[in-house]
Amino acid sequence: MNSISTDICIIGAGPVGLFAVFEAGLLKLRCHVVDALPQVGGQLSEIYPKKPIYDIPGFPDILAGDLVRNLMRQIEPFHPTFTLGERVERFAKLEDGSFQLFTSDGTEILCKTIAIAGGLGSFEPRKPAIEQLENFESGKGVYYMVRDPETFRDQRLVIAGGGDSALDWTIFLADVAKEVTLVHRGTTFRGAADSAEKVKKLHDAGKVNLVLSSNVTHVHGNGQLNAVTITANDGTTAQLPVDSFIPLFGLTPKLGPIEDWGLELEDNAVKVNTLDYSTSEPGIFAIGDINTYPGKLKLILCGFHEAALMCQGAFKYINPDKKYVLKYTTVNGVPTL
Amino acid sequence: MTEDVRVYVEEAPGQRREIVGPTDMGLSLMELLKANEYDIQATCGGMALCGTCHIEVLAGPALDEPSDDELAMLESLPVMSQGSRLSCQIRLTERLDGLVLRLMPQTT
Repeated sequence: MNSISTDICIIGAGPVGLFAVFEAGLLKLRCHVVDALPQVGGQLSEIYPKKPIYDIPGFPDILAGDLVRNLMRQIEPFHPTFTLGERVERFAKLEDGSFQLFTSDGTEILCKTIAIAGGLGSFEPRKPAIEQLENFESGKGVYYMVRDPETFRDQRLVIAGGGDSALDWTIFLADVAKEVTLVHRGTTFRGAADSAEKVKKLHDAGKVNLVLSSNVTHVHGNGQLNAVTITANDGTTAQLPVDSFIPLFGLTPKLGPIEDWGLELEDNAVKVNTLDYSTSEPGIFAIGDINTYPGKLKLILCGFHEAALMCQGAFKYINPDKKYVLKYTTVNGVPTL
Repeated sequence: MTEDVRVYVEEAPGQRREIVGPTDMGLSLMELLKANEYDIQATCGGMALCGTCHIEVLAGPALDEPSDDELAMLESLPVMSQGSRLSCQIRLTERLDGLVLRLMPQTT
């Protein structure tokens, strides 16, 4: 198991998380940055690296990807460390007020404070609105993603959805499962044309059942899923015995595990005190798009401001007896860490 | 001086509420709906990434065709109808005047 020790653990390597490393560095606080994505930059790298941003002070326009590169250069003097491609799952507060964080891959991070800079959160499977669906999660027959295809060996499967992942998994699992039924509310598939073609061929060959213009509307079972109801757009219903049901309706940003950390939330965001962007849990701060407060604006430049104030709060949390005096980089340059 | 635009939200069958918005602020229909306190999360802020501003256009002027990104997102949602759109992808312009829409159930 990896174990890392730092002053501030920043969750989220987007622009705001990265800039927080700089502001922390000015106060001689060390940072470790964790992100579920395999690269730094958050949305800027993942979603719009080639898009220009026009509201970064001092830059009439800058490509999102260039802003990330610049931020990485700016924080280099402070030698931040990174854990990328892992999601922070849970935390424990230790007796001395410091924290222990655990990632999805078993990395353990000891830190004096936590700064959540998680942006939109993490992209997680969208769940269809079907009553009782959650009762069959965690291995009881409903799966929102395919982690290990072998789970479905020789099973009777119903897959729902019309996008690429629904098509791809239908094709793949046709060879693994005993029976695959693909349920799609439309009559055509927008996914990659050759995938749609392959599904059609598998259907013609009798290897896949295709139920179009229909939705899965009910799930049944006693502890373990054993059937689903499929309702056609004309209102007719049919019950189908199944071992597993895999709804594949794309991904949507969610708070993720942070939702269960006991922090005060509002509208899917973490409530903070704008004095220092502290959350309801002393020692845990939240900055950038993931937080909310009266007048909140989801702008990168606001996140930068929040990062600066957050670091003052983190410094005070770590050093309750020291009085910090703000120094200007124009006076002192950038300190070394 | 640009004109305000009027759109109608069907809150229940047969029950429409008129909302008025400016056309000179570069707003999206999603932003207008949110400003009128409709329960829309719009988690992604208007990038066609989350699908939580899903509406159904019921009547009114013809709109520009949805982009590939918008269609791909709509296609992935559990519920979709003929008039499905992501309201964040629709600019508020004079051409929208008289549009009738309803909010689609939000799935998260």
